[in-house]
Amino acid sequence: MATIAAPARTAPAVTWGIADGIATVVLDLKSQPVNVISRAVKDEFLACFAALAGDPSVKAVTFFSGKADNFIAGADIEEFLTLSSAAEAERLSADGQDMLDRVARFPKPIAVGIHGACLGGGFEFALACHYRVATDHPKTQIGLPEVQLGILPGAGGCQRLPRLVGARAALDMILAGKTERAARAFRLGMVDELVPPAILADITLAAAKRMAGGWRPKRKRPGGVVGFLLDGNPLGRRLVYRSARKQVLERTGGHYPAPLAALEAVEYGLRHGLQEGLRREAQLFGQLAVTDVSRKLVQIFFATNQLKKDPGVAHAPPPVRVERLGIIGSGFMGSGIAGTAVAQADVDVRMKDADLTRVGQGILAARAILDDRLKRRRITKFEYARLIALLSGGDTYAGFGRAELTIEAVFEELGVKQQVLREVEAVLPSTGVFASNTSTIPITRIAEAAHSPERVIGMHFFSPVAKMPLVEVIPGARTEPQTVSTAVAFGRRMGKTVIVVKDSPGFWVNRILAPYPNEVGHLLAEGASIEDIDSMAVRFGFPVGPVTLLDEVGLDVAVKVAEVMQGAYGDHIVPAPGAGVAALVKAGRLGRKSGRGFYIYKGGKKRGVDDSVYGLLGVHPNGGPRPAEILQRLVLGIVNEAARALGEGVAHSARDGDIGAIFGFGFPPFRGGPLRYADDLGAERVVSDLEHLAERHGVRFAPSEALQEHARQGTKFYG
Amino acid sequence: MPGLNGRRVAVIAGVRTPFAKAGTVLKDARAVDLARYAARELLERTNLDGHEVDEVIFGQVVPSALVPNVGREVSLLPQFPKEIPAYSLNRACASANQAISAGQDQIALGNADVIIAGGAEALSDIPILASRRLADILVEASKAKSLGGRIKTFAKIRPRDLVPVAPAIAEPSTGESMGQSAEKMAKENHISRDAQDRWALRSHQLAAQGTADGRLTAEIVPWLPTRPGATTVRQDNGIRTDTSLEQMAKLKPVFDRRYGTVTAANSSPLTDGASAVLLMSEEKARALGYEPLTYIRSYAVAAVDPGWQLLQAPIFAVPTALERAGIQWKDLGLIELHEAFASQVLSNLQGFAAKGWDINEDIINVMGGSIAIGHPFGATGGRIVITLSNEMRRRDVQFGLISVCAQGGMGFAMVLERR
Repeated sequence: MATIAAPARTAPAVTWGIADGIATVVLDLKSQPVNVISRAVKDEFLACFAALAGDPSVKAVTFFSGKADNFIAGADIEEFLTLSSAAEAERLSADGQDMLDRVARFPKPIAVGIHGACLGGGFEFALACHYRVATDHPKTQIGLPEVQLGILPGAGGCQRLPRLVGARAALDMILAGKTERAARAFRLGMVDELVPPAILADITLAAAKRMAGGWRPKRKRPGGVVGFLLDGNPLGRRLVYRSARKQVLERTGGHYPAPLAALEAVEYGLRHGLQEGLRREAQLFGQLAVTDVSRKLVQIFFATNQLKKDPGVAHAPPPVRVERLGIIGSGFMGSGIAGTAVAQADVDVRMKDADLTRVGQGILAARAILDDRLKRRRITKFEYARLIALLSGGDTYAGFGRAELTIEAVFEELGVKQQVLREVEAVLPSTGVFASNTSTIPITRIAEAAHSPERVIGMHFFSPVAKMPLVEVIPGARTEPQTVSTAVAFGRRMGKTVIVVKDSPGFWVNRILAPYPNEVGHLLAEGASIEDIDSMAVRFGFPVGPVTLLDEVGLDVAVKVAEVMQGAYGDHIVPAPGAGVAALVKAGRLGRKSGRGFYIYKGGKKRGVDDSVYGLLGVHPNGGPRPAEILQRLVLGIVNEAARALGEGVAHSARDGDIGAIFGFGFPPFRGGPLRYADDLGAERVVSDLEHLAERHGVRFAPSEALQEHARQGTKFYG
Repeated sequence: MPGLNGRRVAVIAGVRTPFAKAGTVLKDARAVDLARYAARELLERTNLDGHEVDEVIFGQVVPSALVPNVGREVSLLPQFPKEIPAYSLNRACASANQAISAGQDQIALGNADVIIAGGAEALSDIPILASRRLADILVEASKAKSLGGRIKTFAKIRPRDLVPVAPAIAEPSTGESMGQSAEKMAKENHISRDAQDRWALRSHQLAAQGTADGRLTAEIVPWLPTRPGATTVRQDNGIRTDTSLEQMAKLKPVFDRRYGTVTAANSSPLTDGASAVLLMSEEKARALGYEPLTYIRSYAVAAVDPGWQLLQAPIFAVPTALERAGIQWKDLGLIELHEAFASQVLSNLQGFAAKGWDINEDIINVMGGSIAIGHPFGATGGRIVITLSNEMRRRDVQFGLISVCAQGGMGFAMVLERR
């Protein structure tokens, strides 16, 4: 972007220069890595436009970002946290709309040149301008992700986007909070031109000059005949709204108000005109901004951002940069890690397994992750060809001599993992880090086999690796800080949110989750039905109920994990009487992978409960506990265990713990995580509920010391 | 001893893909895929950081029109920085040898320290050409200014124009095919059918032995499937463990059905494969901590009139290479002689014997040769350098010779030394 004229007048963020009748405005928040729109920036904008409006030498305006790879990342979310009422939030939205209204009505045409992320308020600004040029660079991502924070595009985005690209395409973007690559944004009509970065400034300037001469872009309605039938008339639009609403409800289970509010803002605006639409949009924005859901989503957003900067260990030396990753074990986890590492971290991956056929299958499975990206056009076929050349493997440790990091994902058994560690340590470079992907084996035990236990660590990935956003990093007793920071940094490069947790059975996620499936046995024994258990959990907001979870994990694996957890925490993770899930495993039911578990699976789809399960378990569904009690037992089990584990220092903080629960097993994000949820209920209430449960169902519900302490002191996990 | 010309050049390591008969297990792979695979696995085996490499040189005899410079595609592997220059060359069946000697030159001259040289050929994927007339019409049509003009041009196409043209393995200067040349050499040098079959049988038996005891497979990097359902290829698939002289004797001669002696069994098959060899200056090898397999002591290339005995040029290249090395035939402890045809091998040996050299078959092609292992034109030279270097190390042989005949009446010879 070196071709943009140097600003003639210095101001903190918004600067401009005038040449040849065209003003070139540049936004660059010097103190921040990316541009965001705050009140201060708005004021500067207004001053700038006032000056340009009054300057007769200016015939048209171009606008750029001064950041290398970022246009405008959105509104300043910090400001949302200061909002105390819906009215205040509505005013914030209306202010933004007002500013962009001035941009839209500006007497001189404005062309924007977009390179880098152009999101939320940034894209709403671009929408208000008169001509949009975007670079075809992969970093140029355009979209309105507001609903992901529980709000809606409140600076006219719900009005201007549907008018530009039609209701269907606009709703598709807004309701899912999607961002698109520039090429697709161009196809949809979100930008007027797509150009290589080198000529962005020139082309934007040329467009401004043409507009100064009276030329206006002609935009045809996108979508042709179908576009007219659906978007071009009120009747068609009604169909569009109806199907959008249905989709939203399916996706959100009715837990998230923002997409529905955004839908209303769009619909209202198209029915009653721009001004009315803006008013309604601001109102709805105001209501959403102070909802509990939005607050929680914003908190998660901030927690995730903080975690991105957290080295995970105090006084950590900078991480070792991983250029080459060794992976031992090419099964489902190993290949998932391999494919994700290549796709996200662009790292050279060498896989090793005992048998070449398995290695070959592992590489193909890893490649499937790249195939998927190619199919969804996230990467070009040339990028694809380069990326698959990063995947290789063999049945020896050839190539591991240069691996800065090696992750093992072999069979979950201490002896096997130690054997692999001994073998590979002999060939690794002296600074190489060995990470064990285990869900149940203590890292310190594995590290006992090592010459250099200081470079042994746990990296617990979740399945499927490509989709699950969390990694637990587990330092052993002798792991040195740089090993931790290296594992944390690499997990992040793989696109994961990383929490560092204590080396204790189940680590964080599997430990606090343990009571959830464990309770299934008790509930079934008391006569609850499988459907009731699962549906209550889903209604609470879990992605799947505990019974389905068991099927997904695999019943054999679940039994193994449960044994470890019961062995370690027998006093409060108490199995139900009887054979339980083991009886199903014995009957050859392993869950989804064998086509049969609690449910029947056909052609990869769940086909309902297999009633013969009750017989195998020796239980009889006869109503069982009240639905509210089922739910309470499922949720408070998790809350209680999370509080206990936090008290033991398994997670560093409530923030890490809640993020782990949300990203690790899908604790409902809009509830903020089990610890935040306990805070919301109040420790006193949680303790008293648990005491009642303990009276009737035994010690497994005895409130943890950490909860009791908060109840006594009247304090919270988030101080 | 130091290099006779400039710096001494070490052969550090080499690998190759399995060699597979064309149209079989490697038929989905393009030459560039095979070449990249071999080069990347060479890095894996040697733990070499791609940044150390100064140049990549690859040989290919029948290049693809889509990837004309296979060497550059190798050096654009993500394991290398993008700034490594690369080229591809063609010295027919000695192409990989030429790549290796070109690399040796550059290192000896001090222009480079580390070079990856090799070769690739995918005879499953030879370019099939359009007829010249069809090509002319297509070019003309692409220049037409209107749709009508284009259609008018296309209307000139006749059915016979649509018959594709496959490249033949024949000498452009004489029209004589490789096989016809081999046939001619058999006749002029009085090489019997039986002698040829025996040599071929020997090749298969020794290659089978080398495969079974792992000496030959040590240089192979297994080829992993590139799509579900494909198989892992661990070894060469042309080596026959079950053949016999009787079976070979049943085959009909291919190139001269009446009086001929050259058959499919005593010729090398059309083959897919690639090889890659890591070369370094002696000092660089020491600095990086590599123990060289062998050093390149000398090489020589010769050519004869293709109309004479097309594959007999080695008898001129070898004496020159020996002379440049400052050694004599009797100093050689191992010899790798490329086997295009058994009649060519026996003709070459006859030529050597005529110089008064003692032919000791026990040190020639001790793990068989191209007849059994296969002959991907561009890759064979690399295979021979690797096979010889590995075996020189195993037997601790001081001097080894490579002799390769090539299309166009050319011959290539190289002397390797162990210390």
